[in-house]
Amino acid sequence: MNFSVTEPSVRTKWFAGITVVLYGLITIIPLLWIIATGFKTSEDAISYPPKVVFKPTLEGYVNLFTTRTRVNQDELEDLPPPETWYEQLVRDRGQVIASPSRYGERFLNSLIIGFGSTALCMVLGTAAAYAFSRFRLPLKDDLLFFILSTRMMPPIAVAIPIFLMFKNLGLSDTHLGMIMLYTAVNLSLSVWLLKGFIDEIPVEYEEAALIDGYTRFQAFYKVVLPQAATGIASTAIFCLIFAWNEYAFAVLLTSGNAQTAPPFIPTIIGVGGKDWPAVAAGATLFLVPVMVFTVLLRKHLLRGITFGAVRK
Amino acid sequence: MKNKKVLSILVSGGLLMGASHLKAEDLTLCWAAWDPANALVELSKEFEAESGHNMSFEFVPWPNFADRMLNELNSGGQLCDLLIGDSQWIGGAAENGQYIKLNSFFEKEGIDMANFIPATVTGYAEWPKGSPNYWALPAFGDVVGWTYRKDWFERPELQAEFKEKYGRDLDVPATLEELKDIGQFFQGREIDGKTVYGASIYTERGSEGITMGVTNALYNYGFEYNNPDKAYDLDGFVNSEGAIAGLEFYKELYDTVTPPGSSNWYMGENIDAYKSGQVAMQMNFAFIWPGVEADPNVGGGKSGYFPNPPGPGGHFAQLGGQGISVVAASEKQNAALEYIKWFAQQEVQEKWWAAGGYSALSAVVEDPGFATSQPYAQTFLDSMAIVKDFWAEPAYADLLLAMQERVHNYVVAGEGSAKEALDGLVEDWVEVFEDEGKL
Amino acid sequence: MSNPDSSETTARTTPGNFKSAVTGLSDRAIAWIFVAPTIFLLLAVNIFPLIWTIVLSFTNYRVNRPNRDVEWVGLKNYQRILTDNGTWETMQATAHFLIWTIVLQVLIGFALAYLINKKFKGNDLWTTIIVLPMMLSPAVVGTFWTFLYQPQIGLFNYLVTFFTGADPASFSMIGDKHLAPWSIIIADTWMWTPFVMLICLAGLRSIPDSIYEAAECDRASRWRQFWTITFPLVLPFLMLAVLFRGIENFKMFDLVVQLTGGGPGNTTTLTSIDLKREAFEKWRTGQSSAYAVVLFVTVFGLASIYVKALNKVKDR
Repeated sequence: MNFSVTEPSVRTKWFAGITVVLYGLITIIPLLWIIATGFKTSEDAISYPPKVVFKPTLEGYVNLFTTRTRVNQDELEDLPPPETWYEQLVRDRGQVIASPSRYGERFLNSLIIGFGSTALCMVLGTAAAYAFSRFRLPLKDDLLFFILSTRMMPPIAVAIPIFLMFKNLGLSDTHLGMIMLYTAVNLSLSVWLLKGFIDEIPVEYEEAALIDGYTRFQAFYKVVLPQAATGIASTAIFCLIFAWNEYAFAVLLTSGNAQTAPPFIPTIIGVGGKDWPAVAAGATLFLVPVMVFTVLLRKHLLRGITFGAVRK
Repeated sequence: MKNKKVLSILVSGGLLMGASHLKAEDLTLCWAAWDPANALVELSKEFEAESGHNMSFEFVPWPNFADRMLNELNSGGQLCDLLIGDSQWIGGAAENGQYIKLNSFFEKEGIDMANFIPATVTGYAEWPKGSPNYWALPAFGDVVGWTYRKDWFERPELQAEFKEKYGRDLDVPATLEELKDIGQFFQGREIDGKTVYGASIYTERGSEGITMGVTNALYNYGFEYNNPDKAYDLDGFVNSEGAIAGLEFYKELYDTVTPPGSSNWYMGENIDAYKSGQVAMQMNFAFIWPGVEADPNVGGGKSGYFPNPPGPGGHFAQLGGQGISVVAASEKQNAALEYIKWFAQQEVQEKWWAAGGYSALSAVVEDPGFATSQPYAQTFLDSMAIVKDFWAEPAYADLLLAMQERVHNYVVAGEGSAKEALDGLVEDWVEVFEDEGKL
Repeated sequence: MSNPDSSETTARTTPGNFKSAVTGLSDRAIAWIFVAPTIFLLLAVNIFPLIWTIVLSFTNYRVNRPNRDVEWVGLKNYQRILTDNGTWETMQATAHFLIWTIVLQVLIGFALAYLINKKFKGNDLWTTIIVLPMMLSPAVVGTFWTFLYQPQIGLFNYLVTFFTGADPASFSMIGDKHLAPWSIIIADTWMWTPFVMLICLAGLRSIPDSIYEAAECDRASRWRQFWTITFPLVLPFLMLAVLFRGIENFKMFDLVVQLTGGGPGNTTTLTSIDLKREAFEKWRTGQSSAYAVVLFVTVFGLASIYVKALNKVKDR
């Protein structure tokens, strides 16, 4: 069908295809290894040499959601029979479940802070982007650059005064504090991206609406917002992924109350040492949402990661 | 000023004592996230049933434990009512009024520090050291010791080869030098089709790992924190001939008996290496021993335990472990004190030992049945008799950071000489003490 | 960092005669109401702390000594930071990390994009798979790479053995001070090559076929076409990718701190890790604030020089 001289030859395609697939296979190994480790027993996970073939178990996932304590054989025999399959699994290891683990809470914190900051960021970002797109503002380019430049600072560098500020305002280790912080960090991305999306909406629609007697606000939310919905959605996902994966601020500014999952996962401890299967299980569950989003976002990926500088 | 504040807290605490039983509180206990903590959760269910208070727990993983908790204390946070804080924090927490002083409470409840293992009282409860001012109840005795693969040591062919090479039996080492020989003997050896290594030792850089390891060699070669006759006089003690030899010994251990890649290892990594059958011996705190015994691969009699062996300069082992304190910023101090009162009882302490917690109560460990109750019980007792601890000064974190950096850079990265490392350490520590106004 | 459209937008602005007659609020007021919360939040969370950092950098304040008097120390903190050998070592480690990650990611990323652009069957699916690593949490990735790098129980050494036949126990990626800097480069390259690849792909796809067709008529060789058409046209995109990776890796903290913790010795102690130690472990607040200011100035300075160069290339 295609007679263009730029259409690569079949041989080139094969070569390209095989090379890329090879790279893809190698690059996916660490990821598959994480997922596989989640289904190993703790002995298999640290087996020397590493085990590629193993008998899968849900121990890692059970351990992820519980804290357990070791009991001796006599006590174990005195206990009433286990009521659930996971209790049985734990008993088989000479342990009993002491309490649920903190993973659920941390995951929930990630959800609250992730979605909270994304929602706030979208409200503020869309408004600002609309203003930057449609109105003449003094020092507009400077303001836009200022907004962008906030993203250049190393998080550790700003963390010192933010730490002090949060301490004085009582925002240390609170959801609200983290939501505000992540919102601020994400605003640069969302303003730049959303401005690009809104720029693409023909201004004539609003003009027509204004002539029909809409106020500016009405024109904004009845005409512009629906048009920008796709853009807002993809921007939101990028903000969410950032907040979801963020580590430096989370590890420095949160502890018992508002800690998110990324600082928590690497430190999951089981009975007798680091519980690699539980860490892997925690990581896998934590990856699922991002993987789904990546697939959903395929088309907007580029635009998102380059702050709208590349539109494709 | 500060004393007044503490006093007033104590007085008001005393007045409220009577009323406290009426109210069920939600108490939060903070500790490190590790095996003993999980055992404590289970044990505390009894306290909840008896007292009506509700216990919640905040366990922080070891690498962040000090950062997080000291931050909590410094900022006057109310996350923790009870804190099982590391032994070295006690100076700072006492001087800054972050723990409440327990003397009058102990008197009132008839809790006598003479009933606890002396080393744990000095290590976990007293500030200033050697004075009867108590800021914690010894909660968990811990000390660095060694675990070894008894099943490997007992193999006749290995025993024969070892005897031929070193002229003595392959057995628990009597000195650190012998430990090194054994390590080198196993290093790179093929056992059951796998290459194995001598020993895993602490090398971790980020928190306190390598310091908790290297001191076991330093102490036994003659290192002292300061002039025994003159506090904070460091030069010639921290960097004495013996100390230099001890540091060189530790580097030789790292270079010749450890598995490749063990450059940033602490408790968890050492456990992994041991359990996966990579090493013949491991250095680790005693808290891991119940876990080793229960392990399907290396437990059930396959492992043995021995205290840190002596060196030419003495016989010591690095103290670990913690006391339990009531946080001064807590608004539920009375309920928190009730918990300590409950925890100090002998039958609770006995259950604590049975659950894998190392009780510091003499009556428990001196029980005739204790030494044989677990394969590691005697080793624990022997080790607790030779403990020595790191600085417990208010500036302990600064002192620790300097030591971590100096020692790690020499031992692991091979920078400079042992003398340069320890001379540098003296410089760093002098600077810290000058900054503190103690020099 | 310039948006291609940033200057055009004024042209889109609603003509003035529409607005005031039909709205309650003037457009000017609305504009400010819309922009103000964003600016306010950024001022509060970025600019105010920045100013505070600058102020603190001239003091001897320490967070963990709340009772001590705070004194002005002038430029002493800066002097100490700039004359400290450790600072320069970490700067070197950072530069090594920055340069090599960029070189590797650009080479591999561009090659991949070039190949994917050959539009073989299934290229969409494989692009998505290749992109996955960059969507993960760097701290979690770092944790797992320590696991992968363990010579005895990790997978990495065994894979190397599989391909080269070397003994897995003969080298240790994070334990050896010569290999450790490469261990973080490999992990970062694994994670972020897809980023460069995506940008290059966009660049390649933006080149109209007609240019190649014209070149083909001139009988220009493929090699020549690559250097006269493909490369120059993709260059601005590549430079953009380098800018983003440069800024990100200058800030690098999470991945490396979990992976090597900065060791062995100080071989992988990047500036952010060093700064974290000064600020949150040693609690030398004043001194670490000076350090932070030095880093700001460096990153802004380098970035603005680079952006100028980028714009020049774009204008060509």
